[in-house]
Amino acid sequence: MPFDETVSTFPEHREPLLITLSSQGKNSRLVPEPFDAGDLDDLRPAEHLPVLPDISEVETIRHFTRLSRLNFGIDQGMYPLGSCTMKHNPKISEEILSRFAAIHPADRRAMQIILSSIHTLAGFLQEICGMDACSLWPAAGAHGELTGMMIIKKAVKAVGQDRTTVLVPDTAHGTNPASCSIAGFITKNIPSGPEGFVTASLVQKHLDGDVAALMLTNPNTLGIFEQEISRIATILHENGSYLYMDGANLNAIMGISRPGDMGVDCMHVNLHKTFGAPHGGGGPGGGPVLVKKTLERFLPVPRLERDSSGLFHLSLHYPDSIGMVHSTLGNVGVLIKALTYLLSVGPDGIRKAAATACLNANYLKKKLRETFDLPYDTPTLHEFVLSDRKQKDAGITTMDIAKMLMDAGFHPPTVHFPLVVPGALMIEPTETEPLRELQRFTDAMERIAEMCRSGPGSVRNRPQSTPVTRVDEVHAARNLVLTWKDAESIGSEQVSK
Amino acid sequence: MPFLALSPQERESILSFLGIRSEEELFSCIPEELRYAGSLSLEGPYDEQTLRARFPLPREAVLFTGGGVYRHYVPALVDAVAHRQEFVTSYTPYQPEISQGTLQAIFEYQSMMASLTGMEAANASLYDGATALAEAALMSLRIKGVRRILISRATNPTYRAVVRTYLQQVGDVEVHEIPFNPATGSMDISSLKSSLGSDAAFFFQNPNYFGVIEPIEEISRMSTGFALWGVVINDAVSLGVLSPPGTYGSTLVIGEAQSFGNPVCGGGPLLGFFCTTRDHIRKMPGRIVGLTHDHNGKQAFCLTLSTREQHIRREKATSNICTNQGLCALRAALYLSAMGPIGLRKVASQCASGARYLRKLLSAKGMETVFSWPFFHEFVVRMDEKTFERLEQEGIVPGIRIESFYPEISDGVLVTVTEMNTKEDCRCLLTRL
Amino acid sequence: MVIPEDLLYTKDHEWGRREDTSLRVGISDYAQSELGDIVFVELEKMGTRVRPGEKIGTVESVKAVSEIFSPVSGAIIEVNDSLEQSPEMINTDCYGDAWMVLIAMDDPTETAHLMGAQAYRDYLEAEAK
Repeated sequence: MPFDETVSTFPEHREPLLITLSSQGKNSRLVPEPFDAGDLDDLRPAEHLPVLPDISEVETIRHFTRLSRLNFGIDQGMYPLGSCTMKHNPKISEEILSRFAAIHPADRRAMQIILSSIHTLAGFLQEICGMDACSLWPAAGAHGELTGMMIIKKAVKAVGQDRTTVLVPDTAHGTNPASCSIAGFITKNIPSGPEGFVTASLVQKHLDGDVAALMLTNPNTLGIFEQEISRIATILHENGSYLYMDGANLNAIMGISRPGDMGVDCMHVNLHKTFGAPHGGGGPGGGPVLVKKTLERFLPVPRLERDSSGLFHLSLHYPDSIGMVHSTLGNVGVLIKALTYLLSVGPDGIRKAAATACLNANYLKKKLRETFDLPYDTPTLHEFVLSDRKQKDAGITTMDIAKMLMDAGFHPPTVHFPLVVPGALMIEPTETEPLRELQRFTDAMERIAEMCRSGPGSVRNRPQSTPVTRVDEVHAARNLVLTWKDAESIGSEQVSK
Repeated sequence: MPFLALSPQERESILSFLGIRSEEELFSCIPEELRYAGSLSLEGPYDEQTLRARFPLPREAVLFTGGGVYRHYVPALVDAVAHRQEFVTSYTPYQPEISQGTLQAIFEYQSMMASLTGMEAANASLYDGATALAEAALMSLRIKGVRRILISRATNPTYRAVVRTYLQQVGDVEVHEIPFNPATGSMDISSLKSSLGSDAAFFFQNPNYFGVIEPIEEISRMSTGFALWGVVINDAVSLGVLSPPGTYGSTLVIGEAQSFGNPVCGGGPLLGFFCTTRDHIRKMPGRIVGLTHDHNGKQAFCLTLSTREQHIRREKATSNICTNQGLCALRAALYLSAMGPIGLRKVASQCASGARYLRKLLSAKGMETVFSWPFFHEFVVRMDEKTFERLEQEGIVPGIRIESFYPEISDGVLVTVTEMNTKEDCRCLLTRL
Repeated sequence: MVIPEDLLYTKDHEWGRREDTSLRVGISDYAQSELGDIVFVELEKMGTRVRPGEKIGTVESVKAVSEIFSPVSGAIIEVNDSLEQSPEMINTDCYGDAWMVLIAMDDPTETAHLMGAQAYRDYLEAEAK
């Protein structure tokens, strides 16, 4: 009965704004001053000191430590956020990465170890995906998508065509159409079939000489494997179009099925989802792009090369490349973490991880499918989508269920996505969840459903055991307070010292 | 393999609950011909000790390298707090009730970035300075319909390259580079003047790629000649000693803030920042955190203005960015709080003083700086490739060779000094020349 | 759901009120309730020429964006600037103070294509199924 206790694991208090702790001269940090603070007049230094809070070390540490306690991370509990793959983040990765912290990218000798490591990673990713070449520089999934679409655009142009349309199914992440737009394409939404996957005949219907590519997430955001993907690839290729795969859900099929074998021409993977790198509260992530041989010459520069003596170099001399997409080598630290993960689990482990992710998801689905509406009964892999249809009559929505789960000690699933399911709850437990936790989750969900039937009032106005109750997002949008200065100007009592 | 949590018996019990005999059956929805039958050619699994042995500590060198990625001291408290798992292992704060830590930390970051740049708002971060500049260029197309993007050639070459990559996707936009004065190293103002126009947005880096301080005041006086202009900050630590660029009236101040508490780490992760004025907030790319209250009236934070973003506006979003550099922004907030106003000023001044110290030493050896104008903590000298490579072999990296980006500066080497360098480093370089 | 009898409606849930040869335009009660709490409104400028189906503005809630389309051809001759400051008026008074623009119609007979209250009611019912 987790909700009656509502014993919060979060602290009670409200953390003041950092600036309110400030008092002139309080920060007593020593800074090394080896160089005589000589004449800097030529710099025309600012008259005033930079405007920053002046705070003691202990207060800085306490402030941010207390903030951390207002957060929920994977190390606290289950985080079944669909299509985000919130799996365990191995601690050894941080440890290994710290060894590289001081390597400057222009230190060519020291960089060898980084370049050789990421070269290994590129090879592993190609092997797992069945693709021929790779660029590791895109810094997140959406950056990878954009890079991929730029590659496809360049490839289309290279054969003298000016195709402008990209087909995107209605189950796609919002980044897909947004990335297409920035790459200068017009997206055309296509519906997925009645069973929750895109059919070849449907794609055929939308194909014409203007279609540059289809972007497909496989398995898709309903957790369903795109069963006709090979046929779709064939008809796209016959039309002179490319198949792009969003690898957001690769965790379900790594080691089991390879995008390259499905006919995928270009794809990205999310290192912070599939390969164990932490999400960091919104990055840094990693979105390497992988291509087939035919698209290799368009990959971003620099390209990683190895000479006969075994040394690695970065080369800009690729005339057909789309150009640079990042000022350095992307989120190098995340690349190292992904490599550490892959080395930790090994080839059989990859397969086992995918199988276990699917096992856990199917366990939850079977447990919950009677109590909650399951809009698509097609077999699913690592995630599945429920809806609030059965609870709606009691006036309870998906968002209520999500907030209620917080009181049970869980991070809620992804809500209101994919858009094809009204009131969607998208659940992805990942392979690293213990059975006990899965059972606790289904118990909580059952209990929520029971409360919806018996006394829906107790489900509304949740959460109650969290650091704050439901946040007024409408107020935030109508009264923009985006900095301390804004807060001060509206006379927020927190800021007045 | 490690990281799984089911015992063999639990596995069996789930399989029988699902009514299937083997894990293989979970994948029966994948067409048989697409099921991979081979064995992946990967390495591992390795235990932690073996892994550690695989990644040896790199050798130490004396470095005078910068060029966009800067070595600054990271106070110990930054790692201590930023490594807290609640920050590291959480997702983007879409559920504000259990993400107040990330949200408030980003709000503090936004506040400090806006304050340091002299602007009214900052977003929650972008990938790096280069993509921040590309986003700024796209935003100027969006809000002012400009058809020409002017960029000073003394802006980091990789930034200019990234802008070109992004803008080549958009038809009918010209990227035009404003040359620099070969004597001063600063932008050629007369060239800029001849490029003025209401169809143009102008961006320049300051301090520029050569370390030279650009005449921002003079540029601000020409601002009516552009649809908008923006300053690209090179090494955010420079904000500790230079006047906030926003006070000169630019629409955008963007750049790279890796220097704030993020190690160089082979070049990433970096931290792109993006600041603007209040009237342009709604056209800004990236996430933004706002202050509000919960239903009991308690102070609370949440992501706001989300309708600009891809998950709502899809193909009409202001940017496609989703995952950004959240943890790096948190580190920046920690860094700035740890340093405080005096600390940041001292660090910035030390960088500048150190660079002047080294320049004096080099100049005494007949090695003059290529450019005459004042610089922050970087300057360009000439050094032949042979000497450069010999020094590298001896464990001293004297800077970055820039000739491939600037053929007109033959044998040019960009030398950077930060508070991480000592007088000993400088003398060491000198004696080995 | 309030559907005033004297107004005309579009399938995109705009309403129009004939004022001589002009049409005052806003969004229906149904539209505002579907969007939820409105937090931002942006309207096209005075003098903008529009045709049926062309954008006359954008309305945003916290989680949704909706474009508002012109029901007719003409020129925008009045813009309700007060919505910028008080977008919440659309939630409280969508048929009154929260009108959006006044369009001088090129061809006043064009309103013949719009639905009357009963037709709109039927349309909503059919949509709900």
